Amino acid sequence: MSDTLRQVGIDIQESEENRGLVAAIRADNPELTVRHLPGLVKIQAAGQIVINRESVERELGREWETGEFQLAIVSFAGNLSEWDDDRIIVKWEH
Amino acid sequence: MTQTAPRRKLPLKERYALLTRDLDWDPSYVTKEQLFPYTNYEGIKVHDWDGWEDPFRLTVDAYYKYQAEKDKRLYAVLDGFAQSQGHLGLADASYLNAIKLFIQGVTPLEYAAHRHFAYLGRYLEGPAPRFAALCQSVDELRHCQTQIHTISNYNKYYGGFHSWSKMHDRVWYLSVPKSLFDDAMTAGPFEFLISISFSFEYLLTNLLFVPFMSGASFNGDMPTMSFGFSAQSDESRHMTLGLEAIKFLLEQDEGNVPIIQDWIDKWFWRAYRMSALVAGMMDYMLPKPVMSWKEAFELYFEDQMLGGLFPDLEYYGIRPPRHVQDAIAEKDKLSHEVYKVLHNFSFAASFTTQAPNEQHMKWLAEQYPETFDQHYRPVWEKHHRIEAEGGRMFFQGLPQLCQVCQIPMVFTEKDDPAKTSFRSSEFRGEQFHTCSDGCQWIFEREPEKFVQAWLPVHQIYQGNCGGPSVPEVLEWYGIQEGDNGEYKGSPDHKSWIGWHNGDVEQGV
Repeated sequence: MSDTLRQVGIDIQESEENRGLVAAIRADNPELTVRHLPGLVKIQAAGQIVINRESVERELGREWETGEFQLAIVSFAGNLSEWDDDRIIVKWEH
Repeated sequence: MTQTAPRRKLPLKERYALLTRDLDWDPSYVTKEQLFPYTNYEGIKVHDWDGWEDPFRLTVDAYYKYQAEKDKRLYAVLDGFAQSQGHLGLADASYLNAIKLFIQGVTPLEYAAHRHFAYLGRYLEGPAPRFAALCQSVDELRHCQTQIHTISNYNKYYGGFHSWSKMHDRVWYLSVPKSLFDDAMTAGPFEFLISISFSFEYLLTNLLFVPFMSGASFNGDMPTMSFGFSAQSDESRHMTLGLEAIKFLLEQDEGNVPIIQDWIDKWFWRAYRMSALVAGMMDYMLPKPVMSWKEAFELYFEDQMLGGLFPDLEYYGIRPPRHVQDAIAEKDKLSHEVYKVLHNFSFAASFTTQAPNEQHMKWLAEQYPETFDQHYRPVWEKHHRIEAEGGRMFFQGLPQLCQVCQIPMVFTEKDDPAKTSFRSSEFRGEQFHTCSDGCQWIFEREPEKFVQAWLPVHQIYQGNCGGPSVPEVLEWYGIQEGDNGEYKGSPDHKSWIGWHNGDVEQGV
């Protein structure tokens, strides 16, 4: 087991809708590395990435269900350690 | 009229519990063993199926709602592309050779995955994994269908897209992906879960779908990018299934750990070897390359999987896959060695190939500073010289295939790019040849299984592939004149030039 914080990552499709999602993730996770590839945005962070429903709703200006994240995500690295109505957390477990 | 209060929406966790686990029941007129007869013989012990957690907490109503939305978005892109003659906006028609390989090699695997997950959806004993497997089965069928719909648009204008499912069963290079799935589908249910859900979906599909689909976008192929990302967003759920499967099985019983380690060792190497075809596609078949195989391997495999996931699995006593160092050692060579074979044998393939041009070689040299100029540029320059004199080199003769991965024996020793890697094992008094320590280890672990491999070269020699001559074999494969050979001067190349000059009428 490693003592250093390992990287977790989420790849998100590039789209109008998802720009709000990415902005919300940026706002709530200050230490992100964001890389643009054709068609997608690759987000990485040490330790964990949190997605808060309220932040996404604020960015999008409408109601957003955490389940809609399924329409945006292309891939991820880490455990989906929490997924409920209010937030999603990606981090390694051990 | 009576006023009713708006119905309270249940929280996600509660809805999931009610719609998944609470719909399960205990059998009363058959025993559990009769109902679930296949989950014992691999030696895996499960004590509590309710220990399975689905982080997505997916329920059937949410599943169909989101999948319908994904399909709506995808088909809007397909219509827009077809209506705007989008195929003329590709970077180059030669790009489509990668898509021909995709529909011949990958789409049938989606269908195979659909079949086996339907089986798991029936036979796994816990309601939560059974439902996750059912959703994955429907997903895989959706991927197969959306790929057929998307790619059929190109079939109106370009060669090589017909007969792909027949080719999958017959053509030499397609035995590489086919044999991998045949191996997985003839294993037990838990080995299948580790092979496909974990090793293939979680460890390696990122290499297949993410940078390659980004490459499709970069080369103007919006439909492929759309089905690719739409499929890969399901893959993120499938990866969760794979990760949950492995954690669940490791937590259930100490005795499961060595069995699973063996499967990780086998299936990492098996799936990695198959992805060698993707390495060739990424580095050589995209007119506008996006990310080299080496960079993708470092990013998605070394950083994310070895750096992130395997330290997590160490907690359960799992170590990184056996032979993983061999994969790392050949990241500078893999795509070049594989594409050379495709280039040499494309007279017998249902796609065309070409030597990389100067600009492409410059990119390859930048991506592979340690190996390209030293070992591979001279080969391509030789091909250019032969072509300048009016020739084109195709390898005449049949290659020896690896008994396990079925790729021609083209890989070199990890410390010597000039020496072919060649292993041999004896079983029941016969010699069997493999391409690497990884494939040899897999063969010797289950020789009874791998001696049965359907090797295309052996089948040709045995007279099972239409006849002894090349035209007879190509006819049996379903390959038509113009599907194969050199790209430059091919029917696709000529039509492409004609369409862009206005010499050739569209849509005929």
